Amino acid sequence: MKGNKEIKHEFDAAPWRGKTKKYDIVKEGSIALAFVAILALVLSLLMGSPDDTPLTFKGWASSNAENFYVTAVQELAGTSGTATYGAPYNRNADGLNVGPLWLQRWGGVTHPIDTVNDFVIAPLSTQVLSNEIANALKAWNAATTVQKKSWATSYDDAITKVEGDLTKVAAGDYGPVPALATGLTDMAKSGGLDAALLSQGGFFQTDNTKQILFFGDGAYLDDAGTKFNLQGGTWGMMNETGRYPGQAWLWLYSFWYQIPPFNNEESKPIGANADVYIMLIMGALSAGLILIPFIPGIKTLPMRVPIQRGIWRQYYRAQGIKRRK
Amino acid sequence: MSEMWTAKLRNKWQKNLPIEKLLPDEQPAYVASWIYTFGVLTLAALASIIATGVVLAFEGPAWYHVSHIGKFFNSMHFWSVQLFFVFMVIHLWGKFWMAAWRGNRTATWMTGAVAFVASIATAFTGYLVQTNFDSQWISFEAKDGFNSMGVGAWFNVTNLGQMLLLHVAFLPLILGAITVVHVLMVRKRGVVPPIDEVPDSLVEVKS
Repeated sequence: MKGNKEIKHEFDAAPWRGKTKKYDIVKEGSIALAFVAILALVLSLLMGSPDDTPLTFKGWASSNAENFYVTAVQELAGTSGTATYGAPYNRNADGLNVGPLWLQRWGGVTHPIDTVNDFVIAPLSTQVLSNEIANALKAWNAATTVQKKSWATSYDDAITKVEGDLTKVAAGDYGPVPALATGLTDMAKSGGLDAALLSQGGFFQTDNTKQILFFGDGAYLDDAGTKFNLQGGTWGMMNETGRYPGQAWLWLYSFWYQIPPFNNEESKPIGANADVYIMLIMGALSAGLILIPFIPGIKTLPMRVPIQRGIWRQYYRAQGIKRRK
Repeated sequence: MSEMWTAKLRNKWQKNLPIEKLLPDEQPAYVASWIYTFGVLTLAALASIIATGVVLAFEGPAWYHVSHIGKFFNSMHFWSVQLFFVFMVIHLWGKFWMAAWRGNRTATWMTGAVAFVASIATAFTGYLVQTNFDSQWISFEAKDGFNSMGVGAWFNVTNLGQMLLLHVAFLPLILGAITVVHVLMVRKRGVVPPIDEVPDSLVEVKS
């Protein structure tokens, strides 16, 4: 004999044999389309859409030459964020992990970036340079790898020691590094670095990976993100520049970055590897959303919480149907 | 004749989804709540997104920076996306509280939820191809999450060309296909009956 649940299931699955009413699906679709089009039209005419001009290396070097110069030195010394990133750009770090799973490393180096050559030497080599910078470039290219590393690291350390105040940097054997950084800063101020990184020695180019990563190594992009209230620690992921709504649907993803231990990079292992933990959590939650009909407790929640009584209030009242136990 | 694949497919289609179900002129009396409008509003917003997106695709991702007409279509596209998500989230919550997976409608729920996730991916790539400051910022910030999973090795959010192709070709096709399947399932199974509505054999619990 069939139980009540089975009978109800068959009833829900069977074609509806109860009361019906007229329904014009084409008219409904047409009205919905017109409604949305008008609403979008009004919002577009009243509000427009966000379009803040992208940052340029010219803007960076012109407005904060010191920060650009220091970043250029870090690229040469291999201490910048990009140089120490790991996969998929280089093998200079292990990347993030979840216990024994080093997923980031497993992806491999598919977009190789050598910050010394890609960000500094190659762009400078495309320019007609002053004698000083040309000689510095010649000296750099002629030096051994060990010598290059020694010059760049010494200068980077000296700058770090005086917290970036270039006027206080102690004298030392920095080789051509200061001249190269000056040359790149001047090149950036002229707009030449934007062009060189855009073309990357070729004509057609659609990959902005190098430009974006170089930008992220300095303070220029970060400061702009803070100005627009876009930092991840302040729900920035779901914000938009100006007065526009952003990706509000990323609220749950953004939420995890606001709470411990995810918001504390010093907290090991989760905070230090927050990105990968949060991606896994969101993957699991997304799978959970898709699989709700199979999850005990969740799939029966609508039967236990009487919100559905409100949805079908009119029908229940007309039919005299009370709440089912 | 009946062995022909074409005939088999046609017969199966006619049996499961006759034109009366696909384009109905009546519906159950219980479909009487404002919440039911959000499904069709989501579809209408998607249609608006596709239409404005096609116009933008014809002229390229940087067109709207230099053209008032481009700016207008970009704004229409932007606001259609915002409306789309508002409507879809309300639709999703509505269907959750209706337990709309009842009566062999599990796949209908699942395709709807997959469409929601696919929509987020599609919208995300849209934000990456705006070719403005927002694109720079989002691509720099978002790369870490994908890289941490090893996914960044192939899905490179800082590659404008890759994101543009995904946004205007691959992801809309996926989302469009899932949406079509979802809608056909709704038409095939019909709208789920009320939770407290029961057959006559269980009439003692009706009132």
